[in-house]
Amino acid sequence: MKYLVIGNSAAGIGTIEGIRQVDPEGSIMLISDEPYHTYSRPLISYYLAGKVKPEKMYYREPDFYEKLNVNLRLGVKVEEIHPDEKTVSLSTGEIVKYETLMLATGGKPIIPEMPGLQFKGVFSFLKWDDVKDIEANINKYNKIVIIGAGLIGLKAAEAMVGLEVKVTVVELANRVLSAILDEEAAEIVQRTLEDKGVEFSLNNTVKEIQGSGDKVSGVLLQDNTELECDAVIIAIGVSPNKDLATEAGLAVNRGIVVDDYLRTNYPDIYAAGDVSEGYDILYKQRRVLPILPNAYRQGYTAGHNMAGQEERYHGGFGMNAISFFGLPMITAGIIKPDSSEFTEMIERDSTKRNYRKIVLRDNKLVGFIALNEVDRAGILTGLMEKEIDINTFKDKLLYKDFGYAHLPKEYRQEQLLGVIKL
Amino acid sequence: MKRVYAREEVCAGCKLCEVYCATAHSEYPNSILKAFLKQETRPIARILVEVDQPLSFALQCRHCEEANCTQACITGAMTKNPETGIVTNDESRCVGCWTCVLVCPYGAIKRDETGHKVASKCDLCSNNDTNPICVEKCPNNALIFAEISRGGE
Repeated sequence: MKYLVIGNSAAGIGTIEGIRQVDPEGSIMLISDEPYHTYSRPLISYYLAGKVKPEKMYYREPDFYEKLNVNLRLGVKVEEIHPDEKTVSLSTGEIVKYETLMLATGGKPIIPEMPGLQFKGVFSFLKWDDVKDIEANINKYNKIVIIGAGLIGLKAAEAMVGLEVKVTVVELANRVLSAILDEEAAEIVQRTLEDKGVEFSLNNTVKEIQGSGDKVSGVLLQDNTELECDAVIIAIGVSPNKDLATEAGLAVNRGIVVDDYLRTNYPDIYAAGDVSEGYDILYKQRRVLPILPNAYRQGYTAGHNMAGQEERYHGGFGMNAISFFGLPMITAGIIKPDSSEFTEMIERDSTKRNYRKIVLRDNKLVGFIALNEVDRAGILTGLMEKEIDINTFKDKLLYKDFGYAHLPKEYRQEQLLGVIKL
Repeated sequence: MKRVYAREEVCAGCKLCEVYCATAHSEYPNSILKAFLKQETRPIARILVEVDQPLSFALQCRHCEEANCTQACITGAMTKNPETGIVTNDESRCVGCWTCVLVCPYGAIKRDETGHKVASKCDLCSNNDTNPICVEKCPNNALIFAEISRGGE
């Protein structure tokens, strides 16, 4: 194979689309241990809630692989990578040769050590199969405990409420969505979920899952409270699925280490997405940024490079758009700064659950929270990405109708008359 | 590709482009009156006039060469047609997560919450040849539909 891609989610698909843009001919093989045509991981909570039908779960059209001439191997596991021989060995016993290899192996759920993980009714919430497992016995669950009040945990909570299951969310931090919201915004979101019946136990965690027979019967919390439940979803977070890389002797840190061209320490092996450590332009360091837009963009850029181009990946930063029970929020970058080099500007209308916060550093926008009123938030994301000096229009950033009319004329015309390349 | 460009120096801020755009994308594309009075939900314009007196100009999707929205879309609903270059949203696959709103540097994608929540945006009236309705109806010629080549494009 000229190109071998391991992983069939956003980074893997981005890689294929990137390769094909440059090289329409070279042979591509894609290997995934999941049995599905590429599907959207963020949609699994929608699927569970019955809001997205199975045929709408797919991330690309049914003829995607055919059209791009991809040799697709589903339900096959890569057992080992041999970087010096440029081969991988598969669970089927086959050995596949490659010229360039992409590791887009994604993340895996973080499962903390605790007694009771073996009971039936303990789930993670990352893959389609995870929600299919929950769905299989959904009628038997009356009360569920979700460990973790991050994006995954709260999306799971929203879906379970829709299925009329009583939900308690246990979270170690002092607030919900602590990675993307500050206290004030988090409280508004928490209240919205509480209004729908979700209960929260913050500054707390599950110490033990209890069972009766072989099934979950409850949990014991750190503060020694006992909660009855018949299922537990562990949604603490994801960690890079890097074992293959580690065993093959690639340079790994928290994730697989890549350079500005998405190459690992072996020049013909690339990595992208949740498994890799890309450059964060705000924190000015390499970090794992497990978000879909970042995964696709890295894969796409790496695809170009695998096909012979020399394209730098300029880096990214954390950003999320998500809604719970109709309350939308868009956040990006550093949202809760902890030093005096940052300035914050805040606008709130608590009667409407509106909250907007802007975070500045050295006259540049480095973070924002837009809760409920999210329209045109991408203009802010763009100012962050392009590291625009905001000094001349700083006082307008919180205007309700903030837009290009408030930006310097030269910048506006350059942006609107041309079409920027990323 | 041909795109719509605004000439802010001759835009009067009348917002007729918004009215015509909303109508053209409504259930009654040929009648402003019916579109606004008969359709159950208020028609949504996919073009936006920004005003900061005396300045005004219309803005809509730029149909970027490498579009953030298509790359960031979590469902694969937002795509760029490789032949025409037009970026469109398959509303049947869109779940209204607003990731496109998060990444569009122009603020050109609107939220349509009148039914099943979907991202709503300019589709160049789905052609790449004749003038889109906003260009056609602008009384001051403040919108032009043209191919402007810039470095690298």
